[in-house]
Amino acid sequence: MDARKLDFGQVPIIARGHTFDTVTEKISDIVLKSGTPKWWFGAFLVGGALLTGLLFALTVLVFKGVGIWGNNQPVGWAWDITNFVWWIGIGHAGTLISAILLLLKQEWRTSISRFSEAMTIFAVACAGIFPVFHTGRPWLAYWLFPLPNTMGVWPQFRSPLVWDVFAVSTYATMSIVFWYVGLIPDLGTMRDRAKSTLVKKIYGALSMGWRGSTKHWSRYETACLLLAGLCTPLVVSVHTVVSFDFAVGIIPGWHTTIFPPYFVAGAVYSGFAMVLTLAIPARKLFHLEDFITTRHLDNMAKVMLATGLIVGYAYAFEPFFGIVYSGNKYERFLMYNRMFGPYATFYWLLVLCNVVTPQFLWSRKLRSNTVALFIIAIIVNVGMWLERFVIIAISLTRDFLPSSWGAFKPTIFDIMTFTGTLGLFLTLMLLFLRGLPSIPMFELKAMLHGETAEGHDEVVGLEAEAAV
Amino acid sequence: MTSENQTYAGAGSSFDRSKAVSGLEVSMSDLVLSLPVIEQPKLRTDSVRKDVDAKGKEYWRSMDELADSQEFDAFVRREYPSQTEVLIDPVSRRSFLKLMGASVGLAGLAACTVQPKEEVIPYIKQPEEMVPGKPLYFATAMPRSGGAVGLLVRSNEGRPTKIEGNPDHPASLGASDVFAQAALLGLYDPDRSQSIEHFGGVRTWGDFLTSIMGRVSQASGQRGAGLRFLSESINSPSLAAMMQGILADMPLAKWHQWEPAKGSGAFSASKDATGASVATRYRFDKADRVLALDSDFMADYASGTRYARDWAQRRKVSTSSDEMSRLYVVETTITMTGANADNRIAIRPSQFEAFVGALASAFGISGGASSGLTQAQAEFALAVAKDLRAMGGRSIVIAGEWQSAYVQSVAHQINAALGNVGQTVFYSAPIEASPADHLASITDLALDMAKGKVETLVMLGGVNPVYSAPVDLNFVDAMQKVPFIVHHGLYRDETAEHAHWHIPEAHFLESWSDARAHDGTVSIIQPLIEPLYKGKTSHEVLTTFTKNNSAEAHDIIKGYWTSSSKSTDVERTWRESLHNGVLANSSTSETGTPTMVAIAATGGASNDGIDIVFRPDPHVYDGQFANNGWLQELPKPISKLTWDNAAYMSAKTAKSMGLSASLNAKGGDYEADVVFIEVDGRHVEAPVWIAPGHPDATITLHLGYGRKKAGRVGNDLGFNAGRIRSSNAMWFASGAKVRKTGKTYSLAGTQVHFTMEGRNAVRESSFEEYKKNPHFVNEEGPGPNKDMSLFPKYEYNGYAWGMTIDLNSCVGCNACMIACVAENNIPVVGKEQVLKSREMHWIRVDRYYTGAAEDPETYFQPVPCMQCEDAPCELVCPVDATSHSAEGLNDMVYNRCVGTRYCGNNCPYKVRRFNFLLYQDWTTPQYKLMRNPEVSIRSRGVMEKCTYCVQRIQNAKIDSEKENRQVRDGEIVTACESACPTDSIVFGNINDPNSRVAKLKSDTRNYSLLDDLNTRPRTTYLGAVRNPNPEIKRVPATRESLLEESA
Repeated sequence: MDARKLDFGQVPIIARGHTFDTVTEKISDIVLKSGTPKWWFGAFLVGGALLTGLLFALTVLVFKGVGIWGNNQPVGWAWDITNFVWWIGIGHAGTLISAILLLLKQEWRTSISRFSEAMTIFAVACAGIFPVFHTGRPWLAYWLFPLPNTMGVWPQFRSPLVWDVFAVSTYATMSIVFWYVGLIPDLGTMRDRAKSTLVKKIYGALSMGWRGSTKHWSRYETACLLLAGLCTPLVVSVHTVVSFDFAVGIIPGWHTTIFPPYFVAGAVYSGFAMVLTLAIPARKLFHLEDFITTRHLDNMAKVMLATGLIVGYAYAFEPFFGIVYSGNKYERFLMYNRMFGPYATFYWLLVLCNVVTPQFLWSRKLRSNTVALFIIAIIVNVGMWLERFVIIAISLTRDFLPSSWGAFKPTIFDIMTFTGTLGLFLTLMLLFLRGLPSIPMFELKAMLHGETAEGHDEVVGLEAEAAV
Repeated sequence: MTSENQTYAGAGSSFDRSKAVSGLEVSMSDLVLSLPVIEQPKLRTDSVRKDVDAKGKEYWRSMDELADSQEFDAFVRREYPSQTEVLIDPVSRRSFLKLMGASVGLAGLAACTVQPKEEVIPYIKQPEEMVPGKPLYFATAMPRSGGAVGLLVRSNEGRPTKIEGNPDHPASLGASDVFAQAALLGLYDPDRSQSIEHFGGVRTWGDFLTSIMGRVSQASGQRGAGLRFLSESINSPSLAAMMQGILADMPLAKWHQWEPAKGSGAFSASKDATGASVATRYRFDKADRVLALDSDFMADYASGTRYARDWAQRRKVSTSSDEMSRLYVVETTITMTGANADNRIAIRPSQFEAFVGALASAFGISGGASSGLTQAQAEFALAVAKDLRAMGGRSIVIAGEWQSAYVQSVAHQINAALGNVGQTVFYSAPIEASPADHLASITDLALDMAKGKVETLVMLGGVNPVYSAPVDLNFVDAMQKVPFIVHHGLYRDETAEHAHWHIPEAHFLESWSDARAHDGTVSIIQPLIEPLYKGKTSHEVLTTFTKNNSAEAHDIIKGYWTSSSKSTDVERTWRESLHNGVLANSSTSETGTPTMVAIAATGGASNDGIDIVFRPDPHVYDGQFANNGWLQELPKPISKLTWDNAAYMSAKTAKSMGLSASLNAKGGDYEADVVFIEVDGRHVEAPVWIAPGHPDATITLHLGYGRKKAGRVGNDLGFNAGRIRSSNAMWFASGAKVRKTGKTYSLAGTQVHFTMEGRNAVRESSFEEYKKNPHFVNEEGPGPNKDMSLFPKYEYNGYAWGMTIDLNSCVGCNACMIACVAENNIPVVGKEQVLKSREMHWIRVDRYYTGAAEDPETYFQPVPCMQCEDAPCELVCPVDATSHSAEGLNDMVYNRCVGTRYCGNNCPYKVRRFNFLLYQDWTTPQYKLMRNPEVSIRSRGVMEKCTYCVQRIQNAKIDSEKENRQVRDGEIVTACESACPTDSIVFGNINDPNSRVAKLKSDTRNYSLLDDLNTRPRTTYLGAVRNPNPEIKRVPATRESLLEESA
């Protein structure tokens, strides 16, 4: 396939002038060259500090109880589940990029695929903390798994939380396997290029004896395709199931049939925003502008714009269903309360972040401006967090009986737990960038083969190199 | 294996024992050597040693037991004055013991790691009727000012665990109120005074006897001159007889009475023409019209339970041909009775006599002025007078305890004019001994004390004048002039601090005594448990002034009643009275129709400035219940505030002072403005609570808060309104200066939102409308088809438990809430947690307002678990911790709960309660005794909620199965139902068409809360019907006057 034909004169996926050698060198050197950049230590310090806060907050939580957070009656779920849904949503971009775009043969995905897959895994890791620790007795949270036991007690399969357990654990497993399988050829390269014996051994073990034989490649391709096929439904299913947590409930603001598509679109939206948030500084700091080009950023911005419009459409339809269509007094009040109640600021802020802000992406100029894009991505991330908070917590503050209405105030532990997961995410991301090839070298080289005139010879060289 | 274990255990115990004994010997000799002089009584080291020898490894436990002996306690305190406090406090007592351990030896420390040995020993001789695991019930009574409430107390293996009303007792008829329910916690309160003290040092009863005998002989030498007693009013006939005997022996001695909640006006108006005091009783069940003149009769301390029940009898309507009474309330503040009124008008205290004057002149009673009334007020008075006259003989006019003598007098005269006396209003001899004007009595005492005329002052039964006496009496200063002061009370309170001797009082559940109810019926108070802290009853303290100063309370009581008994079989009568809880035919006889003394109005008070209304708090009363966590956390009937009192005022008044008129609510708390209130140069600062229906330019302050020595729970809560309450303005002060301070204060309320937002949570109608449309509850159409469900219908073939709550008779008294707390071991969470809306009550009483803020209609709605047949909570629990029983109960399996709180979120009624932190007190030993052994103690991290008292259901089912029959209707009484004074709550089997609950569910007023959700609740409501006088116009609700919502 000729990528140039799809180009329509756009910026190329890989900057011109690269050969197989330069690609390999540029990407593997980030990992293998000694001398960690100073900014890395700075960022790691920040991530580590926040992570320490997370560990502290969770330790206190285990000893004292979930009451250290601001959750109450009626607001049984607040920042905890907001954070959970937010993180799970962020993970969606990775899966979408690596599975659906792979199947759709969107080659531009290559440069950002591993990066976003790693992001998926780390986001799911952050997300996983919340359902476990938000329970009153986290040491018993494993009861949500269908573990055979002598008492014959099973989970209650009608509960969306049990579906969640399956959806999220499947998602986590699939994401890790897919990511790892995708890493194997590159791990072989790393093994071969590593200078020190210890590093060689580590990458050697991780590459699982990859030699790059044709048989390996053939099996590898098949495995990737199969895994991509398996992952594809997950893009839709996971957030659908997560949205059932609310849609199955009867609370006004939760009990909504449009939630599954609305949540999936929101997830992809926030996921791409997060990829941009991470990719823009990373490509700058590691000098990867040649591989993550403005073309990538432009494409991601377009996906954000599209999903942002879907989300905006859902925002517009919620009041329509609530006020006009349902005729239900509770739904009507819910929308009124969202827009004009004590938390109205959050609602309008989220509209501003999620509906107004992405409109700037119509401009090609802004799409190619990394600073603007970065700011928009951050705003969308904030907006999507607000959206979940508005749906989850604010709906709970005022439901059916006015006598039981309440409010929610976060405590320092709510904040520490949330920023702590940001710290965990940052720490893991930094370790990933420094320890593993963050862009799939072999795929890039395969693309180079198609894109450059002299590529063909080099591909022979590549295979020869990999076979060594 | 077994033999090895045994060898090991044997060796271990012998090793420990030798260490323990030697260790103790060293320490004891150390202690003894370091003593300068040991006064009597000597510490019996030999017996201590014997004890330790016998107990061996149980050393640390026996230390506690040792500390229990009065002698040892006194000894330790004398030698280690710095350690006396820690001995009282169970937490630091442990650290004290650790300190002791250094000298006592290491054996005990080693033993700390071993679980204390507990032995289960069967009775050698089984007490009669005692079956382990089967509770017994004993009749007793709670003495109150102005009466007593008869109780049946459940005793599990000798521990009182739940209090119910005594159906045979006239003040209870089986129901109870918040004070009776909370008395259980009061009994086990670890902060109660636990030792006799003299200037802070621990003494024995023997020491006290020695000391007091000197005073007694001195006083009797002077025929009692200089000897003064101070007590609350006494309605124990035997105690009164003792007191009168003492006063007869020492005629110059004086007996003073003081209760902060007694009204002088009521005393001076409750006299017949001869000047003899009379008591008034009312029969609300016979009254078609009731006019309450600032009377909160439903919350009356002594008879509120009975009066609320009687009143509600006339409110039960089931067919449109039923008649219904009408309640008018004219009041100066907001009360529970006012909230239940059919027509209510709020009037400033300074105008109240004018209103009553207008009313009186409508009945041709002179002596009052009626100037300055608004047209609406005057019309109200005329309309009420007209309606009352139409119902002559079947009406009641009742004046509040704290209203002036004139108002009381007018009430008596109107009752006489209407012919109510002998029909609905009855007079009898007073039930208390020597009725007195309490204000005059305490003033008299304080003046005499200040003049140095008082040599010995004995304060009996927990009277606390240092806290509660009018501030201008300077009671503390006067006490300095008295050389010998004895204080007898449940707590080392503010007064005990200034007394020389303090004697711990036995709680009424630990005492032998007797008491008259509001109608004179006598109950014998019998102890349910040995005094936990060796307290003494008032009888026992008074014996020291008699010749027989070692008499036991039991013998005194029994002696009094058997000697005065006319029965042929005295012992049998005595036992029957004990068993029934009432002495047959002991009520005071009615005295016919006395001519009540007529009192003229005192002249209009000034209208300038702000009027202040003082009232006892609805839950801590005059402050005596301040240390009761159950009562503190119980939301006040109207304001739903917990843990605090506040300055109640109307929104208009608040606005005029520049205060925010809406409540700035955050979570469960109000950020209230704090105001500075000054009356006659005295001042207090108080947070503001905006009270719909409160008269303008008036502030209500509740007494009982701001305690300094109430105990760990009650200290420093709220503010002390008594600091601006002087003897010339005991209940109403005028001309107060109030200004904003700019400070704010967090008030913890359990209900932040007032109005129903157009939702039909409470469905109400006027009586006229009801007669036209008995189906008014279905105005918005019947709910969805009950069979509309995706799931197959479940057949409930056996029992199907259900409940109805009649909103027409619920008066909002909260008795159900606190009964539920006691029955189901519900923890107290404290103000901080209530601020975060995490209170744990399984049943709550919602309060809604409709109409204008100046003239709101108030409705109460108790909300327990609805036990939905299609329960939203069950569907979403991931671990099946809440599931449905075959009898329709929505069961909660605490052990299975992991605490996702999804069920709580998905409950549309928000009745589920989550243990966000460890709320239960697992350590205080007293509370372990208190708990209901049939209900699990929930720990941190699990959800809980109303179970319909499943333990009571199971007990009844077991009993019925043993007898091979069905459970009878009414055999299962839930805790809330049992406490309810008005029978609003009815529980039973809805599959039995003859059960009360099934019949009520077929009433036209029956509806399900949020029926459009089709959760098919088993708990349903009967709509409220009010019977307002159509001639009286309500203040229309305009946009401005609509209740302002909290932001």
